[in-house]
Order: sequence, then C-alpha cells, then structure tokens
Amino acid sequence: MSSLVVIDYEAGNLTSVIRSLKALGVDGAVTQDPSVVAAADRIVFPGVGAAGKAMATLQRLGLDRALKDSFQRGAPILGICLGAQIILEFSEENETPCLGLLPGRTRVLPQSPGLKVPHMGWNRVRFLRPHPVFVGLPPEAEYYFVHSYYPAPSQESMVLGLTDYGVDFPSALGWRNLAATQFHPEKSGRFGLRLLENFLAWDGSYAE
Amino acid sequence: MLSKRIIPCLDVRDGRTTKGIKFKNNVDIGDPVAMARFYYEAGADELVFYDITASSDRRNIMIDVVRRVAAEIFIPFSVGGGIRNLEDMRDVLLAGAEKVSVNTAAVLNPAIISQGAEAFGSQCIVLGMDVKRTQPSSQIPSGYEMVIHGGRTPMGIDALWWAQEAVRLGAGEICLNSIDADGTQAGYELTLTRMISEAVPIPVIASGGAGVPEHLCQVLSEGRADAALIASMTHYGDYTIREIKEYLSRRDIPVRLTW
Repeated sequence: MSSLVVIDYEAGNLTSVIRSLKALGVDGAVTQDPSVVAAADRIVFPGVGAAGKAMATLQRLGLDRALKDSFQRGAPILGICLGAQIILEFSEENETPCLGLLPGRTRVLPQSPGLKVPHMGWNRVRFLRPHPVFVGLPPEAEYYFVHSYYPAPSQESMVLGLTDYGVDFPSALGWRNLAATQFHPEKSGRFGLRLLENFLAWDGSYAE
Repeated sequence: MLSKRIIPCLDVRDGRTTKGIKFKNNVDIGDPVAMARFYYEAGADELVFYDITASSDRRNIMIDVVRRVAAEIFIPFSVGGGIRNLEDMRDVLLAGAEKVSVNTAAVLNPAIISQGAEAFGSQCIVLGMDVKRTQPSSQIPSGYEMVIHGGRTPMGIDALWWAQEAVRLGAGEICLNSIDADGTQAGYELTLTRMISEAVPIPVIASGGAGVPEHLCQVLSEGRADAALIASMTHYGDYTIREIKEYLSRRDIPVRLTW
C-alpha cells in the first residue's frame, strides 16, 4: 500500500482534510518531518492563513526543500487553498518569496462594488483542459472557497480551471505531477470527494 | 458567480437537537448527527449548530457531537453557544468544525475576536449578533442596539458600530440575528440586514424571521445578505432545501442547485 502524507506546517486546521481522506478509505499520515515527506508516495499540501508566516514555517521545518525534491522526483502532489498559492514564485500577501514549483505569482482579489473579500462560499469552476484529477466533475458542480488571494501562473497551460468572482481567476492548476485547487475539495460535498478520489488514483503523469 | 448560501440552524441541548426534523411519516429525528447527514444530502450549503446545553459537562458533550458530525458531512459547519475562550474555540475546531461563532462572549470581551483570529485565522471566526430595534439616540445612532441573554439584556452598544469594530478586530463573517423578527416567521429584518451588510467588507448571514421562500429572496436581494439562516421552515417539513433554492433560482438569486 502506497503512503500518503498530509503536510502540517501550522497553517490551519487539517481535520477536515484527514476526515475526507478517511471517508475514501485512506489514512493520511500528518507530518512535519521532511524525511517523511521525502519518502512519501503521494502528498497533500493543504493550508489556510497568511503566506508570510506559512513560508517562514516551511523553511524553519525544512519542508520547503522536501516539497521541491518531491516535486522533482515525480510524487503526485495536491495543493489546496494556501497550498495552491505558495507553490508559485511569489505572493503579494506579505510580499513573500514562495516555493516556485510553478512560475508566476499569487495576487490579491480585486475589490469591486458589491463583491466582498474574502470570496467565501460556493462557486463553479470552468474547466479548460482535461486532467486526471478533474475528471467526472459536471460543469454545474460548485466548490467551497474561502480566500482573498488567488494563484496566477505565468504559463497559461498551467491553468486548468477558472472561477468568476468579479474577475475570472485561476481556481484549478496542474503541471507535471502537481495539481492544485484554490477551493477546498474536502468541504465541497460529493464532487469534492470525487476530486480527492481522482487524486488518490492518479499516478502523477499528465500529458499537457 | 458566487452562490448565496442557505444554512439550516440546529439547536442542540445535551447532545440532542431541540427540534427534530418531522418527516412525512411523522418520525422525529433528534440526533444532531443524523440531522446533519440529512441536511448535507438535502443540499444545505453549510450548517450551524447552536449549543444550549446548560450542564457542567457541556463541553465534552458538544465536542463529541462535533466529532461525529465531522465524520459524516463534507460541507462547512460552525458551532456557537457557550464559546468563551481560546480553549473552547480550539476544542471545537480540532473536533472538525470549520468555524466558531462568538456572541455574548465577544460583547463582554471583544479581545476574544482578535485572539481567535490571530490563533486560527479570521475565516473561522464568526461574530454572532443579537440586535433589537430601539429609538435612535446619541448612544445608539443607528437605532439598533446589541442585546445579550437571548434579547433580555440591552447593552447600550450600537449594532452598526459593533459590526465595524468586530471587522477591525478580525471577525471573518457576521451572523446577524434580529430579536424583533426572530420566531415571527414574518420575514427577515431587511433594513437592519442591509445596513450592516453594506457597512462591512465581510459576508453577512441573515437570521430571524424566515417563514416562506420569498423571505429569503427579499433578504438576499434587498437585504444584501450573503447567506440566510433557516430553522423551522425546513425542520418541520414545510419546505425542502431544494424547493427553497428552486424558488430563489426562478427569482434570479444565484444558488447551488447540484449536489
């Protein structure tokens, strides 16, 4: 049985991620240990909170290096929320240099009349390209979001889905063995569970 | 486009819901875990649990409920009632709730909002507000006053000022309950809801007064609310979540229709 780890870098509550994986029959090991991450077959990288503090914690624990190495060695990785933002090179939140697994930066959601920030609640994703992690999700499905920033990869091909909140922002990303969602699949009902199930079955290959 | 959220509220006492769902076959379900599962499958966008347990062992009883609910449903839910300090918040969040709601404790000790936001993030701190209409005065310029103890104790605090102060302290969302409208089933307090919602940058959940789907339509459009709390409308089987959402959708309110 292959090993799955959920990275704990003190950025928010991991309980719902763990429970949703458990509902799919998988016991994810929560870890702060870079050597455990380095040996994992599959990695979930969740997170809620501010980019500055998150990057500082990842560096202090040595998890930044472990994540970069795991990305290089081809382990399937799923970034969620903050974990979909700090995989880019830079975040406008706290002006933070980030992991740089993907080129691009995390931007602040623009303020517009009648639209509150944070973007909180259920919204759709318009998928642009097929990807093994995002199969079987109907266009009318909605997903739960809570965020004030969004990931903006500099290569268009890495954007797999867009969500409309005043602007069309990237809400689903994918490149090589990395997939990421700005929304929370673990709180998005059965379609979110389907996405997690897809990730658990994914071998990390993706023909762009 | 962001959907407006429909949020059933369950009152829990001693680990049981005080109002069971009355199904067509007249079987009451008083188990909060079964009710949570029912509403999850029926299309609720989120759930609110309000703990009204009075016993000394209240914390353990509710934490057990939260833990069991979290294993059954995969949508966000919040827990309020009796949250007094950071430890209470931590217990509820680690048991699997997405958010905690503070009401009386925040009025008496506003620092609990900033402490909670610092420790767990603004997105999981909901400010519950119980508000009563009054004569506008120099102390209460908006004409809406904060009350506690279920509306019995007026606090001399202006509701509009308090909402903005709570945002400054780090609240991530406001659940706004009108004591005047609560229990009437005659419609939400639209003036109050619109005033607060337009004055704060964070989402506002309207509460109190829902009787028919049109009431939700009003508060989500005229009232500018981002979400609407409901209780007896669906608990007693008068409406299903789907019926309410289909009504709202026909009235051009964006709602989540597929789950």
